[in-house]
Amino acid sequence: MATPASQLPFREETFRDDFTFTNSPETVRRAPFPFDQDSYMYAVNMEQHRDGEPGTAFEAPIDVDEHYVSEMRDRALVLDEDPLRCQSLPHMALAGWDTLELLMQAKADSYPDWFTLDRDGDRWHWINRPLGIEQRFTFGDETTLPYGPLEYITRQAQGDFCVLDERQGNLWMDAGIVTTQADWSLDFDIGMNFFEWHAPVPLAHELGIFERALKYMLSVQIGAPARRLNWTMTVNPRLDTSPENYHVWGPENTHITEENVADKLYLRIELQSFWRLPRSNALLFPIRCYLLSMRDLSTVPKWATRMHRVLKSLPPELSTYKGLDNYRQIAIDYLSEFDDGSPTTPGARPD
Amino acid sequence: MSSLHGAIEVVVSDVVTVNELIKRFHFKRADGKPLPAFSGGSHIVIEMQDGDTLRRTPYSLSSSPFDTDDYQISIRRDDAGRGGSLYMHEKVEPGMSMSISHPANLFALDKRAPKHLMLAGGIGITPFMSQTAQLARTGGRIELHYGVRNRDLGTYVDELSARLGPDLHVYLDENAERMDLDRILGNQPTGTHLYVCGPEPMIEAALHSARRLGWPQAHIHHELFTKTAPGEPFTMTLQDSGVSVEVGETQSMLEAIENAGIDAPYLCRGGVCGQCETRVISHDGELLHADHWLSDEERAAGDKIMPCVSRCRGTLVLER
Amino acid sequence: MPIPMSHSRIEPSIRSRPVYGTLSPTTAATHLCIADGAGGGALLDLFDSAPEGFAPCAEINYVPGGVPGEQDLSDALQALGAARFHNSPSVHALLPRIARQFERMRMGTQVYLAGSETLIGLAMKTGMEAGLDFEAMQTEHRGTLARRMQCVHCKGITENVTTQPATCSHCGLLLLVRDHYSRRHAAFQGVNINAEDPSEVPPKEEVFP
Repeated sequence: MATPASQLPFREETFRDDFTFTNSPETVRRAPFPFDQDSYMYAVNMEQHRDGEPGTAFEAPIDVDEHYVSEMRDRALVLDEDPLRCQSLPHMALAGWDTLELLMQAKADSYPDWFTLDRDGDRWHWINRPLGIEQRFTFGDETTLPYGPLEYITRQAQGDFCVLDERQGNLWMDAGIVTTQADWSLDFDIGMNFFEWHAPVPLAHELGIFERALKYMLSVQIGAPARRLNWTMTVNPRLDTSPENYHVWGPENTHITEENVADKLYLRIELQSFWRLPRSNALLFPIRCYLLSMRDLSTVPKWATRMHRVLKSLPPELSTYKGLDNYRQIAIDYLSEFDDGSPTTPGARPD
Repeated sequence: MSSLHGAIEVVVSDVVTVNELIKRFHFKRADGKPLPAFSGGSHIVIEMQDGDTLRRTPYSLSSSPFDTDDYQISIRRDDAGRGGSLYMHEKVEPGMSMSISHPANLFALDKRAPKHLMLAGGIGITPFMSQTAQLARTGGRIELHYGVRNRDLGTYVDELSARLGPDLHVYLDENAERMDLDRILGNQPTGTHLYVCGPEPMIEAALHSARRLGWPQAHIHHELFTKTAPGEPFTMTLQDSGVSVEVGETQSMLEAIENAGIDAPYLCRGGVCGQCETRVISHDGELLHADHWLSDEERAAGDKIMPCVSRCRGTLVLER
Repeated sequence: MPIPMSHSRIEPSIRSRPVYGTLSPTTAATHLCIADGAGGGALLDLFDSAPEGFAPCAEINYVPGGVPGEQDLSDALQALGAARFHNSPSVHALLPRIARQFERMRMGTQVYLAGSETLIGLAMKTGMEAGLDFEAMQTEHRGTLARRMQCVHCKGITENVTTQPATCSHCGLLLLVRDHYSRRHAAFQGVNINAEDPSEVPPKEEVFP
């Protein structure tokens, strides 16, 4: 039972405009730092998602942290501005209910102080204390909820969610909510298969990464989720770095200087997990976002050192694809002062 | 002994003789919690400890996917097989504890389809039982054609008739009733998907007709109940694990690997899904490919094998 | 027999960029053929290579090219002896008609789409909306490379894009015309090319003539 995280208060903070987002020291140390060695290259890097390590973001199957309430507020703002960020093709209704069940049950099991789920046949009663929500509804009947099941529950769950239909030995992104993504459009990509929505990623296709990843994902079974980590960098703790708003946040990419890099440049970690959904046979693909500023990284010497070495050795195509070119050198210069050149310990956890 | 992936401990709650060839087995969860809901067309792997022999065999769930109290499978007795169905028919009784896997689905409905056209032969009716139960709840047009030897062996005709009414069409072999494939396949509205399950010749004939009539591959689905055939025992070396393992007469290579305590990937255990594909480092003698996954070139090249159904006449070294 | 050279000038690209084939006759009971401009040539080749009995079981829907330099192949197509021949003045005028054709046809009708990516994309989208999987429909690209483009910012679709970059005809942003393609929108993706520095305006080049 994930009790330590449940003692933390929820922060009041913003991910836009005045950017008051801050990580507490505990939140920094529990982050799923993505680099387990001093350089980075694409890998399938999937592993089983189980045996939650206490004191880490893997502790609970579906992680809730101090940013929960403010992230959900930012999500609601994005959806007000652009309802196309949450869509579900008509045949994905059953998968939406599977998703609602999975996320509600996971939250109620891991954080009983905050979430309660009572199930009496199809009559469910859900309480979400942090967001002040109480809802009685009939499982399977959309008319008993204020939104469709996918939108309803993901408005109460941190991170983006893609719901993938499995057909013809492939996975199809046929539903999702995407308000915290790194630069891709749900409205454009919905309906694409696994290789198609990954088409713009350089190098990885030639390495056969996606063939192996797809095979692994197709083998994910009910009750046995998997996970992997991905990463990029963001200027300001902005969750909504969508292509839709690129003309709004794009200019910020040129604003990093050596004076502001510590507090304005963020490592953006994506904890991706893969869950087989029982009734629809679809796969739920949560993409949970963790933001660590360069200053946050500097409080964990091993991580600052690693980040320094990863950025120094990053292949140019990856740097360009991830949008790092404008500020990579500034970040390298800032982080270099924490790197004394000695070997780092294996694994990603802090020393 | 490597453990069954994601095993659920169950108790046999009932064994029903459906007809002279088929028995139905009911399972309830041992700890009293609900069983997982599943999708129509799913199968479970049953683990059978038959004396010294450990078998892991997949069977389609024929119960409703929304019934989380009771799983049902229907097994046709096969006197010429490895002994799995004989074990189930003769040794399994109510009250026995067994281990089953979580449901997995390799024969799922295409949820986009406005209409589902199902062709079933004999015991091939089982996945359609759970699929029609699912569609009864979620909606979707169905047309089911079911060929059986005689009325007695028409397992579940009554239940399906109640569920589908005029959308069920039954063909009795003993009356020389045959499915008119050209007529059935020639008049389906745009968007219909075709699903076929039954004996291999029946599936071949249906797929052949569908393709000839211009049905696109993306609208055609089939499930073949491939059985691991028995064969001469042989020895294999698992190079990565550093062990030599004997594969018994009625044991699959996959079961032999698991019996040696080595965990190997699998999903369908029937030679169709590709998950257990293993590299053959070298072999002496002949690889006996019995799968439906590898291409002809891959089989001829001799550097891959599907251990769930294939065997070797000779010896071989695997990358496992 | 020599392998026919592709008539298409499309270069290989990323996995989400559509790849078209060469039309070839099947044993289906009926054949639904839809083409525009130079795509009429693909239909002529198709009928030429088809066995006897093909034409009476086929229907042709043709949009003569509005592109300078592309022939109007209506006469030649009409002479093929198909069960039905229909000329439409534009792709958009044709769509409601073929939507009805898709709705009323039976499984076992082979669909053939030939010509511009706009025609192929919109006809395919119409077929998908009727429940047909996109892989069921044969395609062959001929003629213009002009694209439909969805602006990721305002969601408006700009037709007949031939330049790189291109201006969104709805919101006016200057967009990089990507090869990333959506079947659902039947359009390529356009993303603001000068977001980081709006004062930088790269010149437009004709790259999709």
